[in-house]
Amino acid sequence: MADTASSDGFVVFDRVQKSYDGETLVVKDLNLSVARGEFLTMLGPSGSGKTTCLMMLAGFETATHGDILLGGQPINNIPPHKRGIGMVFQNYALFPHMTVAENLAFPLEVRKMGKSEREAKVKRALDMVQMGDFGGRRPAQLSGGQQQRIALSRALVFEPELVLMDEPLGALDKQLRERMQFEITRLAHELGITTVYVTHDQTEALTMSDNVAVFDDGRIQQLAPPDQLYEKPENSFVAQFIGENNTLEGVVTEISGDTCIVKLDDGEILDATPINVSKVGDRTQVSIRPERVEYNKDRLQEGAHTLKAEVLEFIYMGDIFRTRLRVAGNDEFVIKTRNAPDQDRLMPGQQIEIGWLPSDCRALDA
Amino acid sequence: MKLVKTLLASSALTVTAGAVSAQDMANEMTLVSWGGAYQASQVKAYVEPYLEMYPEVSVTWDESSAEAVAKLRAMNEAGNVTWDLVDAVASDAMRLCDEGLAIELEHDEVLEPAPDGTPASEDFGDLLVSDCFVPQIVYSTTFGYRTDLIGDEAPTSVCDVFDLEKFPGKRALQKRPIDNMEWALYCDGVEKDAIYDTLGTDEGVNQALDKLATIKDQVVWWTAGAETPQLLADGEVVMGSTYNGRLFSAIAEQDQPIEMLWDMQSFDLDGWVVPAGLPEDRKARVMHFLKFATDTQRLADQAKFISYGPARKSSAPLVGQHAELGIEMAPHMPTDPANSGNVHIYDYEWWADNRDDLNAKFEAWLAR
Amino acid sequence: MSDMTDTGGPVLAADGTPLKRSLRKALRRQKMRALLLIAPLLIFVLVSFIMPIGDMLYRSVENKIVSQTLPRSTQALSSWDADSGELPSEAVFAAMAADLKEAAEQKIHTRVGSRLNYENPGMSSVFRTSGRKAKKFDLENGGPWKEQLIEINEDWADTDVWRTIKTYSPPVTAGYFLNAVDMRVGPDGAEMRPERERIYMNLLKRTLWMSLLITFSCIVLAYPVAWLLANLPTRKANLLMILVLLPFWTSLLVRTSAWKILLQQQGVINDVLVWIGLVDDNARLIIINNQFGTIVAMTHILLPFMILPMYSVMQTIPPSYVRAAKSLGATDWTAFWRVYFPQTIPGIGAGSILVFILAIGYYITPALVGGTKGTFISNQIAFHISTSLNWGLASALGAILLAVVLVLYWAYDKIVGIDNVKLG
Repeated sequence: MADTASSDGFVVFDRVQKSYDGETLVVKDLNLSVARGEFLTMLGPSGSGKTTCLMMLAGFETATHGDILLGGQPINNIPPHKRGIGMVFQNYALFPHMTVAENLAFPLEVRKMGKSEREAKVKRALDMVQMGDFGGRRPAQLSGGQQQRIALSRALVFEPELVLMDEPLGALDKQLRERMQFEITRLAHELGITTVYVTHDQTEALTMSDNVAVFDDGRIQQLAPPDQLYEKPENSFVAQFIGENNTLEGVVTEISGDTCIVKLDDGEILDATPINVSKVGDRTQVSIRPERVEYNKDRLQEGAHTLKAEVLEFIYMGDIFRTRLRVAGNDEFVIKTRNAPDQDRLMPGQQIEIGWLPSDCRALDA
Repeated sequence: MKLVKTLLASSALTVTAGAVSAQDMANEMTLVSWGGAYQASQVKAYVEPYLEMYPEVSVTWDESSAEAVAKLRAMNEAGNVTWDLVDAVASDAMRLCDEGLAIELEHDEVLEPAPDGTPASEDFGDLLVSDCFVPQIVYSTTFGYRTDLIGDEAPTSVCDVFDLEKFPGKRALQKRPIDNMEWALYCDGVEKDAIYDTLGTDEGVNQALDKLATIKDQVVWWTAGAETPQLLADGEVVMGSTYNGRLFSAIAEQDQPIEMLWDMQSFDLDGWVVPAGLPEDRKARVMHFLKFATDTQRLADQAKFISYGPARKSSAPLVGQHAELGIEMAPHMPTDPANSGNVHIYDYEWWADNRDDLNAKFEAWLAR
Repeated sequence: MSDMTDTGGPVLAADGTPLKRSLRKALRRQKMRALLLIAPLLIFVLVSFIMPIGDMLYRSVENKIVSQTLPRSTQALSSWDADSGELPSEAVFAAMAADLKEAAEQKIHTRVGSRLNYENPGMSSVFRTSGRKAKKFDLENGGPWKEQLIEINEDWADTDVWRTIKTYSPPVTAGYFLNAVDMRVGPDGAEMRPERERIYMNLLKRTLWMSLLITFSCIVLAYPVAWLLANLPTRKANLLMILVLLPFWTSLLVRTSAWKILLQQQGVINDVLVWIGLVDDNARLIIINNQFGTIVAMTHILLPFMILPMYSVMQTIPPSYVRAAKSLGATDWTAFWRVYFPQTIPGIGAGSILVFILAIGYYITPALVGGTKGTFISNQIAFHISTSLNWGLASALGAILLAVVLVLYWAYDKIVGIDNVKLG
């Protein structure tokens, strides 16, 4: 949790609130610090406040309360065109009446840059995204991926220190999206710019970012590097939102240090790691990642907790098997196992015993 | 005893006429008129009485007289004449006649004689300006002025319209050469008898236009008869020409501070024409109605509702009081001797020949 | 094998017919079906648009009436030399007597008189008076006709009358078009009319110029309104839209009359100006019955036709373009002028074409508030259609107006590009 923003960040949100109608807050007490050169992703479902935060940073929305600082300077009263922030829009927002080269030259022109310098920079920016031959075309003559690259290079051509991206890959197909993810992170790191990236796609967030801020209900639910976010979700929203997750509901019956005992609603007893349960009697959602569940007795590790399960469905997915089980009254319990030569293939109706390590089993808020 | 006889006679007449109509006459009639107070006077004076006598007949009104000529021509070309009887001003009637769009009538045969037996052609006299035309009323285009804005001395002559020093302020004139050209020449010293001869030459036309030019920047040009009373009421103009009936209603019905200037009023006629190309049964009905609607009593009755003079000489003595206001109508008629001391006689033939030419010159002059 | 594949003969369909022919058949069936579907529209367009325009163009040159009504005379006149200064021979007069008798019996003599009167004032009464007597002509032994006709109407002794008949005897005439461009047929061919009789070219110029002014003032007024419509929250935008459309719910005459009440010298605007002391009571502004009045009233009436296409184009421009421009460093003005405005040009173009074309055809409003200097060429067309009945001249004026519109449309296509027009 980022309760207080460190004041030495390059981009700092300090107790920022935003309301459109004066009745409800769409951003509630936001504190966030982004270091210079960091790639930060704001991830969350739609309506969670992430885009509003980006728009406040860009200057298209004003904060109702609190300060936004850029390089230590409050920018609340600086108009967008003086902030010097590059931005890539969801629909690219390439000016349809200008050629690609004119689009790229636009930010340089409004900065009164000389013609020869301008042309050199435009050429370099086009080469940077491997689009050197496309300067004379109109945006409508380019494919989605090409438009995306142009939008990216236009946001970078005037060498901003901070680039904002608002779901820039939303309109691309899967393959292209993956290539662009790679390209964007490569460019960002090569150029050493600070990037704030907004998406609702968790894969994008996990693969691209240095840090991910998970938004929900106007708040940051967790701010962490991708691996921590996945492996150590701090509340059940994050656990559910990031990756696939199995939940079992119950009540905490015992807590001692870094273990606790949970009595599930159907009477089963589990060992788990307490994350945000504080006392005996709290209701909890116990979270276990599907790939951390094992049913092959030989592979079960020492100290693993075991439970009875019934196979409901077995899906062959090539690299993995995906099996749906009934566990402790939950019909949606999913496990994933690697397609190894010695791996059993389960049959629906089969009764098995499954198990996992208590450290992989996190007792979160209900 | 006498009353009973009359009643019997009239019912007998009704029966015979009704018998004819059942066989040969259409029972639907589309009448074309101008709408407004004028059409209302026609309804009250002879359409309602006619429908009372012949309840099987139904009448549809079309208020298209202003475009009658063009619409009749279009109908005629399309071969589908939907109008049965059209009210038109005399010049339009002539044009319709020339174009073969209206039928020529033998006035003595198709119209009632005067009560004393005088044939219709003598009773109407000079007013039968076209073979296709049955006049109903004599109206005039003349001037009215605002009594409170005109100054101490009231205008007495049409030439006061051209006198900006004595009577400053705007004046309303109709946007057409007819009447204006004649008044201009008259006030430029041309004898009344010589007006049309003068106007027949290029010099005469220029003389008239030059006279009009002396007041051009003080003129508001009107195209619809209702404009002048409104302009007078608003104080936009101090004097203006329009149809005398319009001025009558502004003065007598709306109590506006307006007076009539009858000097050199320009007489014009309005009456019926029968479209060419009617089927026999419809034509029979129209002729039957026309005979009734233009008899001496009906034309006199019309004057109870509007201040236009009946076109028959025999109707004049029968003109009485206004049906609602109760005032004597005779003094408000353009034909009243007190009003018609100095009138301008409009030459239909001359204008039929020269209207297009003078209109072009007049429009060119207006645009200068 | 070779005779199956390598002959280079036509490729055959499964049933043995050449593939091209079966394809053609299949396509024809499709085309017929498509044609049937749009047939009602095609017929409607043909009947209500193409045919009237064709009829107008035909009328603007058609002149059969003279040769049809006066067949013998026009034939006889062909050998007469109009420049000789002498009257035609007795044979021509006899032919005219025969024509007149026949025409008078059919009651069509006055029509040809009206037709020729457009070209030579006085012809109307020549034919009207002659026709009355012509019915009683004894063609066999009634001659000589020269004296008789001149007796009936002395204008028959005027060579100009005969010249007019001769000039307008062909079944097709350029007379209406010449008249429409202020020219006429003189003794030496086409010539300009005297200065004092020229109307139409000046009116046409005025019509085009004022329509341009009206279009321009519509652009200036409509742009911010359309922008507001496209950018306000839905509820407020709907309210504003109702206000924009409100004028459509009132009749044209009522709106024009309302302008009269506002603009006249004793009207509301002048009263207010006098009351607040900006204008002296004796020097009230003249803002109606002139070009200003026409421009104000027509701008108001045509404004929705500019706002709606502008609005529909602006609505499709996402706010992200202007945001992008600003994020790239553009000031508000630069973002508007370089990024937003160019994208609204199709809407301006569509609105301008609509407003301009509607404006040059308007005649009711100019007639009511235009006075003498603010009327349009359409007022003359209306006059010739409904009052003077000179439909040929009206058609010629209409055809010229149509040609001007087409030329302007072509020029617009060359300069701006017609693809660059969006109505929605």
